[in-house]
Amino acid sequence: MFGIGLLKGLFTTLKNLLGPVFTVQYPNKKVGLIGALKFHKKSPLEFLRTQPNEFIKSLAGLHEVPEYPSQAPRFRGQDFNWFEDRCTGCASCAKYCPLGIIKIETTPGSRDEKEGSSYDIDVFDIDIGRCMFCGLCVEACPFDALHMGSGFERANEKRKGLVIPVDELRTAIKTPSTWFRPQMEDKNYKPKEKGAEIKDWHDVGRHEQPSDEELTEKWVNER
Amino acid sequence: MGPVRESFIFEFLYCHLSLEASCSSVRIINIAFIPESLSWISFSLTAFFWIFVFVNAALVGVLALIWGERRLIGKFQARLGPNRWGPLGLFTPVADAIKVMFKEDIEPTLSDKLIYVLAPILMVVPVFMIFPIIPYGAKTFLTNISVGVVFVLAITSINSLSVLMAGWASGNRFAIIGGIRAVAMLLSYEIPMGISAAGVVIVAGSLSLSGVVDSQVIPNAIFQPLGFITFLIASTAELNRSPFDITEAESELVAGYMTDYSSMKFGLFYLGEFMATIASSAIIVTFYFSGWRGPSFIPSEIWFLAKWIGVIAIFIWFRATFPRLRIDQIMSLAWKGLFELSLINVLVLALMIAIWPDPTGMQLLLMTAINWIVFLASVYIFGKILSPNLTGNKIKKRSVIYGLD
Amino acid sequence: MSTELVTMNIGPIHPSTHGVFRMRVTFDGETIIDAEPIIGYLHRGSEKLAEERTYTQVVTLTDRMDYTASMTNNQAYILSVEKLSGITPSERGVWLRMIASELQRIAAHSVAIGFLINDLGAWHTPLLYLLREREKILELFEMMCGARITNSYLRPGGVFMDAPDEFWPSLNRFLDEMPNRLDDIENLLTDNEIILARTQNVAILDKNDAINASITGPMLRASGVDWDLRHRNPYDYYEKISFRRPLGTVGDNNDRYLVRLHEIRESLKIVEQCLDLIEPGPVQPEEVPFLVRPPKGESYVPIEAPKGELGFYLVSDGGISPFRCHVRAPSLINLTLLRDMVIGYKIADLFVTFGSIDVNMGEVDR
Repeated sequence: MFGIGLLKGLFTTLKNLLGPVFTVQYPNKKVGLIGALKFHKKSPLEFLRTQPNEFIKSLAGLHEVPEYPSQAPRFRGQDFNWFEDRCTGCASCAKYCPLGIIKIETTPGSRDEKEGSSYDIDVFDIDIGRCMFCGLCVEACPFDALHMGSGFERANEKRKGLVIPVDELRTAIKTPSTWFRPQMEDKNYKPKEKGAEIKDWHDVGRHEQPSDEELTEKWVNER
Repeated sequence: MGPVRESFIFEFLYCHLSLEASCSSVRIINIAFIPESLSWISFSLTAFFWIFVFVNAALVGVLALIWGERRLIGKFQARLGPNRWGPLGLFTPVADAIKVMFKEDIEPTLSDKLIYVLAPILMVVPVFMIFPIIPYGAKTFLTNISVGVVFVLAITSINSLSVLMAGWASGNRFAIIGGIRAVAMLLSYEIPMGISAAGVVIVAGSLSLSGVVDSQVIPNAIFQPLGFITFLIASTAELNRSPFDITEAESELVAGYMTDYSSMKFGLFYLGEFMATIASSAIIVTFYFSGWRGPSFIPSEIWFLAKWIGVIAIFIWFRATFPRLRIDQIMSLAWKGLFELSLINVLVLALMIAIWPDPTGMQLLLMTAINWIVFLASVYIFGKILSPNLTGNKIKKRSVIYGLD
Repeated sequence: MSTELVTMNIGPIHPSTHGVFRMRVTFDGETIIDAEPIIGYLHRGSEKLAEERTYTQVVTLTDRMDYTASMTNNQAYILSVEKLSGITPSERGVWLRMIASELQRIAAHSVAIGFLINDLGAWHTPLLYLLREREKILELFEMMCGARITNSYLRPGGVFMDAPDEFWPSLNRFLDEMPNRLDDIENLLTDNEIILARTQNVAILDKNDAINASITGPMLRASGVDWDLRHRNPYDYYEKISFRRPLGTVGDNNDRYLVRLHEIRESLKIVEQCLDLIEPGPVQPEEVPFLVRPPKGESYVPIEAPKGELGFYLVSDGGISPFRCHVRAPSLINLTLLRDMVIGYKIADLFVTFGSIDVNMGEVDR
């Protein structure tokens, strides 16, 4: 009968009306009292005592709690993580960048040269305003010094602000993505978990840190 | 004061202002101070007060509808809808309104200035005139004009003129196509709408809206389903709402007749459209859902409001579900489909009223049964015979074949 | 009564031109007399850019051609590079890229159907239901390769990294859910009388016309030609897979919609078969260098992309970057028949037909 298809469509939308909502309210969502208590894991009295303003807000359903979308460990983030101690200044990343947006300037090393010659990095600028986050620089890095980051909140009002300077790379909190870093995946590293910050450059390497004996064996005895 | 005094809310306020002798029974508190000889002052004051209330209530209603529509469509589409401003996003339409007010008001060089400015005003003003005549409750209405049904049909048809004016005056080709489409469509749908309304009038035996409500022992939506469906479809078309929104047709004509409008002129169109939805829903409630009638443990105004929101939700549901029809299909639907169906409805009702001029309960049930049989049969026949004609080609459910290996 | 033809510029900025596409259309009232497509607003010179990038770097350029189907673009390019340089891809890598490209086909067809229905005037509802499913695929891609749209997942010889462990259960969940979701979509759309009335017998594309204009992909199959490169000219391991090829009976807009919808179901079956056949192993052969340096020669490997036959014609002069790169973009070639298809129909049909061709301006202009 004419109209059955229309009715079927109406029921489908009705079914979806009653179904779950798929919105992720990044960066925060407004919740009422119940949601706030669930998030803070507090009893109502405790919540009232510690955060009276927020308690009143939550009664009106205006208390804000952060909400983030799920993010895969391999997610290629906007910030780059760079371990200076691992970097030799070979500029492979700059060569392999399809857009040529990595600027690297080095001077012959003043560092300890026991493990082979290295360079001091004077300039290491990544212009993420033009970056397409393909990750080829990370793929090219032979010493696992450069990693894709896992953050995505580096929006800026100025173009200049979109250049990551070397100082920021040095000081930034390092939660690298596992993109092209199978060793990190083997460790089941999740950059978005709490306490995922990597402080020691040894932890991101492709190999175990060699012991002194192994180093002596390889670099002294074999030669 | 005659017929105006029928309105309880009007009389209530009037009597608390005027010292008129007949008022003493209505007064609750003795605060009246205007002498009987100056009754025109108290009349004007009352009238202005109620005009103020109705206009502002309509505007607040529009804000509520904008919020409700976006929120409900969001839920239909498995997302949230507005949720940033205020609790549950309640202040979003307020933010929208402020934004619209502060936008630059552009007048295209090619536009016909006077008509360009007049069109949005003409869109809004007539809709305001519908609200006072609707009976919101057993005693809550402002005025009960004796030709209410005709008045409603007359007033709602003005907006097609406004749309044409806007389309013509913009000097834009998208707009003119939208305007011409609007006139063709709105005029065509006036006819099934009017004939369906005639069915209501035949049953009620009265042209006043209060009379229509009083007559509905069984709500007309159940009593005469054919009339209800035709009226619902026709008023959807009158409102330019999906699936008949060809005048705006976002994916075809950008914004149709209001492509070139900006700032508050655009805001007025927006306002007029949403207000028309509210007004039309109120009329549908009055005509087909027995208005304010309902079991008396809940006040009649609440009944009316609940039904009102329900009908608006149906419009929103349609909008969330249906794609748009094409212009020729819309015209065929009006002339080859709804026109005949509404005629059948009127014919059957007129015959039955001629046989049973004053039906008892059993006779009413019998009439309802006959109406439903007529409804199902005529929709079936309409589907079988008319639908191939309707769209200019024979439509048939189809499936794919599969390639052979 | 004297009437006048109206000529309108529709686009490049218009809600339903799917990007920056312009049509100069002449109307007689509501009827289309002439429609001239004008393209080139999104030209970025990808083919020229490819000439000064290494073979691996070009992969990132292919992502940005048809940005609703990056994986199949990668696949077409990589197959061409492999033929050019004589690399034998590793087995698991091939299975992975077949899974990826079939998922991409589902995503691309979801977008195509969703926007087609949007052009029909449905207020975003079917589109959002379909984008919701596409979102799940994009999340799978994010797990696989860290990006949702611009994947750059494939490398000469296979893929750059095996899919992580959490990918497989998610994929299975998606494969379980998707048929039900498709049933929902079918309930909403397939029998809907308004959609039938709007799409049936509109813009009929004749079988011979389609072949003569070298139309490919779902559009050709909707006209009833059994031509699917996965079946006719199997690349990767498609010979080991059995799947059906939905064909249209009339060749109108409704058939193009139906063919896409049924291809989604077939793609789900292909992914399931791939899951049965995939075995552990390396995803890229050891000997493939980071800097591919193919011998002198040329290669062209056509694949069945969601929009039609996609192929990269590469010429090598023995260097590290292609000497010449030409893309056979299905969108561009499918678009050529737009004018012939819409003349005589109404304004509203123009956009529906354009939507049913399913072009992507990023690929048309490159």
